[in-house]
Amino acid sequence: MSAHIDVTNLNVFYGKQQALTNVSIAIPRQQITVIMGPSGCGKTTLLKSFNRFLELTDGTTITGAVQVDGQNIYAGDVDVTAVRKRVGLLAQRPTPLPMSIYDNVCYGMQIHQMRTNKADYAVAVQHYLELAGLWEEVKTRLHEPATSLSIGQQQRLCLARGLAVEPEVILGDEPTSALDPISSQHIEKRLLELKNQYTTVIVTHTLRQAKRLADYVIFMYMGEVVEAGVARELFTNPQQERTRQYLEGVF
Amino acid sequence: MAQNPIQSAATTRNQHVVAVSRQRTDTWVRHVFFVITILPIGLIAVVLIGLLYRSWPILSRYPFTDLLFGIDWKPSEGRFGFYSFIVGTVWVTVVGVGLAIPPCILVAIYLAEYAGARTRLLAKPILDVLAAIPPVVYGVWGLLAVVPLVETMIGPWSQRLLGFWGLFAVQQPTGFSVLAGGIVLAIMITPLIIAVVFEIFNTVPVDLRNASLAVGATRWETIRRVLLPQVMPGIIAAIVLGASRAFGETIAVLMVVGNIAQVPHSLFDAAYPLPALIANNYGDMMSIPLYDAALLCAALILLVIILLFNIMATIVLKRFVK
Repeated sequence: MSAHIDVTNLNVFYGKQQALTNVSIAIPRQQITVIMGPSGCGKTTLLKSFNRFLELTDGTTITGAVQVDGQNIYAGDVDVTAVRKRVGLLAQRPTPLPMSIYDNVCYGMQIHQMRTNKADYAVAVQHYLELAGLWEEVKTRLHEPATSLSIGQQQRLCLARGLAVEPEVILGDEPTSALDPISSQHIEKRLLELKNQYTTVIVTHTLRQAKRLADYVIFMYMGEVVEAGVARELFTNPQQERTRQYLEGVF
Repeated sequence: MAQNPIQSAATTRNQHVVAVSRQRTDTWVRHVFFVITILPIGLIAVVLIGLLYRSWPILSRYPFTDLLFGIDWKPSEGRFGFYSFIVGTVWVTVVGVGLAIPPCILVAIYLAEYAGARTRLLAKPILDVLAAIPPVVYGVWGLLAVVPLVETMIGPWSQRLLGFWGLFAVQQPTGFSVLAGGIVLAIMITPLIIAVVFEIFNTVPVDLRNASLAVGATRWETIRRVLLPQVMPGIIAAIVLGASRAFGETIAVLMVVGNIAQVPHSLFDAAYPLPALIANNYGDMMSIPLYDAALLCAALILLVIILLFNIMATIVLKRFVK
């Protein structure tokens, strides 16, 4: 197993309150890693440490290192926009930008100036909408506002927007929790299709979703990593008492 | 309906009485609130009618266009042209709002999008204090600081560099000018505009910023491409609010603007806005025939300008939001 993201001794404080304590974990390359645990255990905090979203909150203190492909993304000379281009995020609630469907997919590509002419952008927009499984539904209405889509379609649009900047890692912060069951299935299906090309890290609070998606599982409790391992083994034979209790639904 | 066994007939009747009384209170409250709500609308009508009534002597004596576009202001000779006052009002307001808006928007963006919690906590009370300074204090400050600044520095400098352009040429080098009035006005409406624009930025959901940042956009790219288009109607509303305040501002402006009844052609010319005309003269010289009616006509014109401006702004805003 070659690690794509390597976390060493990560501590995160919101003000004086400690959200993560001495987290050291390795995220395997091109697999789906699921972070699970009861609410408030720090799973979203850990996820957001991977794209430097924690610093958007006032009063956050971060110590330790997060290495993506061997580069510490918290080093002083690192360009945060480059980090976020490499590590994309699918948010909990779909948040289309207030522009057309087409422009939403173009947004990141234009910011990073990834194409040189209009025709190339158009080709790319189609490609990423296909990857996100949305092309057939929107190809006749690309220039309508993105907010005219259903919630489920909006989330796939957000996926396309994220993929368009060609990240290596996709983070998902409970990416289906705001969606209906059918739309959730759509997203899960996409993530499974994409997992051979991207390292995927998903936070979820539903055990069943974890079981459907995970190749690798991290179980967290009270800001610490209790146990991490290959999904099949961890689900059938947890080593820690607390993991076993969680899997049995005790808390 | 089955009777509740422990409820006597008397309590049932009481219940009925209570229900009727609650409904009556509700109806009563609704009527009272309605009356209070239409009161301000009625007030505008009353003020308009009152002004119209009191300025009727002059309105019936001269054609309306002569009053609006007449340049002569010689009350003792019976000549009442409001044109220079109207133009003066518009000049001072446009200069004031024009000077205020760019820095206000930048400050609001900085406070809302870049500043840390501590800066924000520090800046807000200071801006509130700025808003609480009485206009007359601004006027004195304008007299002591802005007028000399315009007279000794901005004026000569502008004359040297841009003197070929009438707008920036200095004909009346006293410092009492449209520009001095505009600067004082700009500073007076600054806290208001900053506060409103800041609040508008705060209404944009954090998720929207994060969606842009998540693909690797910088703060500025996020502001320019996502936030600004979103808040533009609000910014227009803030400008309208500032301008409405500026139109009517009286004392601070009249202290620095020169109060000469002339049509200004340059930023450095003196002007005589409508509020200053009214404040300076009402109560004096009442022996001159029609003078009283003329001043109330000036008030009427000012009110109509502000009403028209607000109606126009509402239409623009509607079109913008769609």
